[in-house]
Amino acid sequence: MLKVENAIVRYGAIEALHAISFEVNQGEVVALLGANGAGKSTTLRMLSGLHSAWSGSVTFEGVDITNEKAHDMVSRGIGLVPEGRRIFPQMTVEENLEMGAFARSGSFHDEIEEQYAKFPILKERRKQLGANLSGGEQQMLAISRALMGKPRLLLLDEPSMGLAPMIIEQIFEIIGQIREAGTTVFVVEQNATQALQIADRGYVMENGKIVFSDSAKNLLVDPRVRAVYLGESA
Amino acid sequence: MKSLLTNKWLKSFGITATLMVIICFMTGPSGSNTDPVAGFSGSLFNSAPFLGLFITRRWVVFLLFALIAFVVQQGWQAYGRQVKVRYAKVMATPRELKSKRPVRLGTYGALLLLALLLPHLVTDPFWQVAMVQQIAVYVLLALGLNVVVGFAGLLDLGFVAFYAIGAYATAWVVGSLPLPPLFGHALNNFWAIPIAILIAMAAGIILGTPTLRLRGDYLAIVTLGFGEIITLFANNLNGITGGPQGSRIIPHFHLSLGPLKYVWGNGPIPYYYLILGFLILFLVGFSFLEHSRVGRTWTAIREDEVAAESLGINPLKYKVMAFAIGAASAGFSGVMTASQQNFVFPTTFSLFFSINILVLVIFGGLGSIRGVVFGAIVVQTITMYLLHSPPSGYQPADLYMYIGAMLVGMMIFRPAGLLPATRRKREIVQLREEAQ
Repeated sequence: MLKVENAIVRYGAIEALHAISFEVNQGEVVALLGANGAGKSTTLRMLSGLHSAWSGSVTFEGVDITNEKAHDMVSRGIGLVPEGRRIFPQMTVEENLEMGAFARSGSFHDEIEEQYAKFPILKERRKQLGANLSGGEQQMLAISRALMGKPRLLLLDEPSMGLAPMIIEQIFEIIGQIREAGTTVFVVEQNATQALQIADRGYVMENGKIVFSDSAKNLLVDPRVRAVYLGESA
Repeated sequence: MKSLLTNKWLKSFGITATLMVIICFMTGPSGSNTDPVAGFSGSLFNSAPFLGLFITRRWVVFLLFALIAFVVQQGWQAYGRQVKVRYAKVMATPRELKSKRPVRLGTYGALLLLALLLPHLVTDPFWQVAMVQQIAVYVLLALGLNVVVGFAGLLDLGFVAFYAIGAYATAWVVGSLPLPPLFGHALNNFWAIPIAILIAMAAGIILGTPTLRLRGDYLAIVTLGFGEIITLFANNLNGITGGPQGSRIIPHFHLSLGPLKYVWGNGPIPYYYLILGFLILFLVGFSFLEHSRVGRTWTAIREDEVAAESLGINPLKYKVMAFAIGAASAGFSGVMTASQQNFVFPTTFSLFFSINILVLVIFGGLGSIRGVVFGAIVVQTITMYLLHSPPSGYQPADLYMYIGAMLVGMMIFRPAGLLPATRRKREIVQLREEAQ
């Protein structure tokens, strides 16, 4: 479904990603793991079109999207839940969801009801401002806002960031449900254990390179994952 | 130390003391732009005017002003406690809001009636001219800048450029520039309206497309530069704009449809009604725009550009749109000014002009149409009052000092403006709740 080949991303003279390659298949949940500064967020910025690749290629459903702009990604079928949630703080929950349907034409009230069915807490809070929600609620809102665009591939950037352990579990449960509903998920995460519990496969990054990959089951017990996080060489 | 800073009484005292320093500054023997510290140098026993009412010793003036400042400050604090109640009103469900519609429509009707009758209530010729040249036109300009700064959140410091373009486009179309008229022969001023608006919009798009990729301060600097460039062009392109002498005489608006003939003439009143008519069109148009899909998109971009982009919004497209719409309204104001005053001079279009319009928008309430109209009327009326019948001790050069002091007071007591936009009001309420 999504295929990245030898992608290099540079910030000026600095090469942040050194020719990385990976793929995500239809219906999978794939996790991209790594410590701080490994290049996970840069990878996601590249996939979502916020930063274009300097060389290499990104293909989605057979179409080359390497130089596609971020705002065209939604209509291609790629949804992004950005790092730090990025809810519109002065819009109500409902207005936030409406913005999620921006790229689509026609009525979206059924979809909003659908999201409310999935996240009852959002229905309770629908007239509240985004800024007044708790971190977990904001994350749920960010996810359902991205789902309003009906993506076939959902990109999640650090969904567990700054959340309480109980809420993190809840968020990952939701990600599992999204996959059940037929959306492919690519998640960038520092919290390796949580991410691997719901993922099918995982890629591990270090210093702008993908150092190894395996099925989630194997990675959960792989000592090399631990080594990467602790900064020992793999 | 921290408890000292958060102590309510100390805070009140601090604010009052700050206001007193400003007052001391303003009541000085002759504090002015050219010698700003003169206000501090006078002895306490020098005489100074108290609001132009009477002349007394400075220490009495200080005391009276401090008393007023303290009472106002306490009053605002008491008012602030009711913010939570009003907050509930802001969050009212649509049905509740709808039930207030008759009240709202009634208020608008009454205000419109007042606006229509105003030329008959205000008969002083100075004020009749001021109403057109200094208030109505400025309201139009402030409305346009509000779209750019208030709705889309783009700081534009060169707004005067589009006003100048509108004015010069008018002179061009009616054949009053050294440059041959646009269509070979001079046209009626009414043709200047669509043409000037189109040229101003085009200028907005041409300036906006490359520069609106910049954010915040950088955009402000670029627009500032653009404003200066247009003024310099107007001043120096003798063969096109007439240079520092300005244009030749621009005719008035005139209408001749068969037997129906009308010239807008020298008096300001016909222009007042002409501008009022268009102003209502702009008001209605901009309020629709605010609540439309485009308005919501501007809010999204203003609040979080990256999030907006990730939802499929092309920020550049919507920012350029805001720029062009703002430019259109400035261009239209240019047509009105050029026709009413019969001349275009490059010196009118200074940086101060852009800043003045920005002050009106901020004073009234960023993003609030009602607020901007009200703020523009209030500030311009004060400015004109000071020009027309200055209180004793006031010097024209002091104007911006007073306006600056007014803005400082505004930022302390009503940071979201005189009549804030609902969304901005919520923001302030939230900040206050967080602070408590």
